[in-house]
Amino acid sequence: MSRNVAALGALILLAGCVGSAPPRSASASAPSGDRVVEPWKTDPFPSTYHAYPGVTTLITNVTIYDGEGGRIDGGSVLLADGKVQAIGRDIQAPAGAMVIDGTGKWVTPGVIDVHSHLGDYPSPAVKALSDGNEATSPTTPEVWAEHSVWPQDPGFSRALANGGVTTLQILPGSANLMGGRSVIVKNVYARTTQGMKFPGAPYGFKMACGENPKRVYGDKGREPSTRMGNIAVDRETWQRAVEYKRRWDKYEKDGGDPPSRDLGMDTLAGVLDGRILVHNHCYRADEMANVIDMSKEFGYHVTAFHHGVEAYKIADLLKANDICAVVWADWFGFKMESYDAIPENLAILQKTGTCAMIHSDDENGIQRLNQEVAKAQAAGRRAGIAIPDEVAWEWLSINPARALGIADKTGSLKPGKMADVVLWNGNPLSVYTRPDKVWIDGAIMYDAHDPKRRPVSDFELGQPGEGDVK
Amino acid sequence: MRARKILAIATLLATPAFADTIAVTGGTVAIGDGSQPIPNGTVVFRDERVIAAGANVAVPAGARVIDAHGKWVAAGIVAGFTSEGIVDGEGIEETYDGAAGKSVFNAAIDVSTAINPTNQSIAVDRSWGVTRAVVSPEANNSVFAGQGAVIDTGADDTPVTKARAFQYAELGEDGASHIGSRPASYVMLHDALAAAKSAAHQGGDTKNALITRADAAALLPVVQGRMPLVVHVERASDILQVLSLRQTYPDLKLVLLGAAEGWIVAPKIAAAHVPVIAGALADLPEAFERTAATESNVGRMEKAGVTVAISSVDVSTMGGQRNLRQYAGNLVGISRVPGMTGLDWGAAFATISSGPAAVFGLDNEIGSLRPGRRADVVIWDGDPLELSSAPVAVWIDGVAQPMTSRQTRLRDRYLNPQEGVLPKAYER
Repeated sequence: MSRNVAALGALILLAGCVGSAPPRSASASAPSGDRVVEPWKTDPFPSTYHAYPGVTTLITNVTIYDGEGGRIDGGSVLLADGKVQAIGRDIQAPAGAMVIDGTGKWVTPGVIDVHSHLGDYPSPAVKALSDGNEATSPTTPEVWAEHSVWPQDPGFSRALANGGVTTLQILPGSANLMGGRSVIVKNVYARTTQGMKFPGAPYGFKMACGENPKRVYGDKGREPSTRMGNIAVDRETWQRAVEYKRRWDKYEKDGGDPPSRDLGMDTLAGVLDGRILVHNHCYRADEMANVIDMSKEFGYHVTAFHHGVEAYKIADLLKANDICAVVWADWFGFKMESYDAIPENLAILQKTGTCAMIHSDDENGIQRLNQEVAKAQAAGRRAGIAIPDEVAWEWLSINPARALGIADKTGSLKPGKMADVVLWNGNPLSVYTRPDKVWIDGAIMYDAHDPKRRPVSDFELGQPGEGDVK
Repeated sequence: MRARKILAIATLLATPAFADTIAVTGGTVAIGDGSQPIPNGTVVFRDERVIAAGANVAVPAGARVIDAHGKWVAAGIVAGFTSEGIVDGEGIEETYDGAAGKSVFNAAIDVSTAINPTNQSIAVDRSWGVTRAVVSPEANNSVFAGQGAVIDTGADDTPVTKARAFQYAELGEDGASHIGSRPASYVMLHDALAAAKSAAHQGGDTKNALITRADAAALLPVVQGRMPLVVHVERASDILQVLSLRQTYPDLKLVLLGAAEGWIVAPKIAAAHVPVIAGALADLPEAFERTAATESNVGRMEKAGVTVAISSVDVSTMGGQRNLRQYAGNLVGISRVPGMTGLDWGAAFATISSGPAAVFGLDNEIGSLRPGRRADVVIWDGDPLELSSAPVAVWIDGVAQPMTSRQTRLRDRYLNPQEGVLPKAYER
């Protein structure tokens, strides 16, 4: 029965987050003068995403949450050339602009899910499409989630139409201590995964603590079978990465023959030099603390702990180390390491001044992240932690954008940013509200009033229910 | 019942012992029978039963009056299909009594023997207004999983409302994965039901059937229509196949579980008078048998005249049964989306109250605030389906319940995460 199937799926999933986003060379590994560029500084699978056509649009008479804690009642938002041009109270429509009267409606930045497995654990959940865990070795830093993502996953359309999701990070699963690179995509169907890749986004790196790696490999009769084994294997691998990077750095400085290349070590070296952001699945407070010390030992930074159900217990420690907590609103008790989850987690983190955000890790939950935030906000209010609606919305927008290293491009309605925008048919923190329209880079990619603006994946063509409301 | 009251009252010192009659006045009353919310209503209950609820209800002399102005007073939520009380955490295998893969028995399994009322999921869901739950075992080596129960979530030692309330069977993709194929599942089903009938006629002789004596005996009331048979299927063609079982077994009391493609064959489900416990918001083709899944499934079936309850089947359950109200709220919300079919508020609330009770023939006993029902009453600080709302008081069988759980205790301990003079272990 699906109750347990769902739980098993969750056991397999894992993640982590935080950090700054250094620019990456768009070109593939190529000689730089006489030298070979350090291989983690290039992207051999560059984004081919492009914005779709949009028209200059002014949305008027709406309540705006700008994604960075600001709120405008009776406001307007102007979108043109794929960007947010202006938000405020008195914006005049440029000549020829489409004007949408949003009376009674809300406008927010598009929802960003920092933890998804759409595409690498797609629907239908058949074995042939189960591509999220390379569970053949506890450390597989050489694998990249984008090479597993199936861009025809019907889940992308549900996340768009029901959830207003415009950007998501797709991660490898959590069977492994080091699961591989993530990929950040715009929620726009394309023929290829490169066609969805968020231009200029840094890579993430998925790591996992706790029950999953020790269970998966313990069951195979090999290390790690315990939590101490988890950390030991991690440290041995990081030590090799430090030495690998040292060889490349020496080569960059002194020349000579380039070191032999190791794809897994490339990724770890990219983490060590800050280009690749660590998203670490970790439930328990004590394990997060161990990872923090390990990161200091080897000189890398953990951007975020994902599934941090016990983050509230060490909110001060996370804040002191500039690490974000990525959490659910109310998932609990589906495995031992989630037994201490509480609905006030996000609110306690917010009160402590810790970077925090919501995530789904789930093809159903990604359709209702706004509702998950509403529950977490309400739990905080009852515990005496008042968080205004427009501030709670940061858990869905600017905070995940920062954790993904794309806050300069999206995640709020600041002029100049990508016009990733949702018009909601009511208060988006109400259970009764759904997206009315969703723009991505200024193009309407979903419109509740226009069946032609409802994407249908290849998989669903010619099947029962094709093109239906979902 | 007596044990329940004593235990609950011990935890609630402020509650006067055996307050005879309680009248909750001034709140918006949600009866749970499909009717719309009633502003400024009154709910009266005495001991373990509802006396009256609605507008213009007189407060009996001597009643203890609780003012609920600005609040809602609603029937307790009935969770449609769960593992409540039979697992301490779905990934904590050692604690799970829902699956019996090592057992030679299947249909005879009686899940009511495993209910643990001190289970923390029960405590959490109770404090969120879930007062009853349908609990089912899970199929392993047979199409038959065993007999499920209906329980209450009260803080006492008598959790079972109705043991052996139904038999549960898998006849879709999940069943096929256990048995080998859909056709093989049907062979097993027919073989077992034949053994049940022959056991009844021949004094327990099942030696020619691939089924134990205990399992055959457990299936006899199913064949005779004395016990509902809940069948999990999703695909439209599988639903029709299940409905056609009545041609062979005319007395079967069928209930469909899941039925993601039910909307396609809704008129036939309605004509067969078979109720459905649907997955509320399942809208993904997560299996080939759910290709046509849509959130409008429940609304479309209801429109076609099908009796529909909802459950957490087919959507993630990690937040607990307390999120059923969120699912019901979404069914109201989608009514405003062009092309989607949802439910009005009263119908949506019924899918998590009287709806599941009616599926099991218990709506005269639980699931609403109609006179004579068990007094499962919840005062909410707002609309029970709205995300910002939460219960402020819960009664089960008329007994005031604790509003605490491990979660509230952890919250209180860590509201300020930093340690004080002594470690956190000393803070409670």
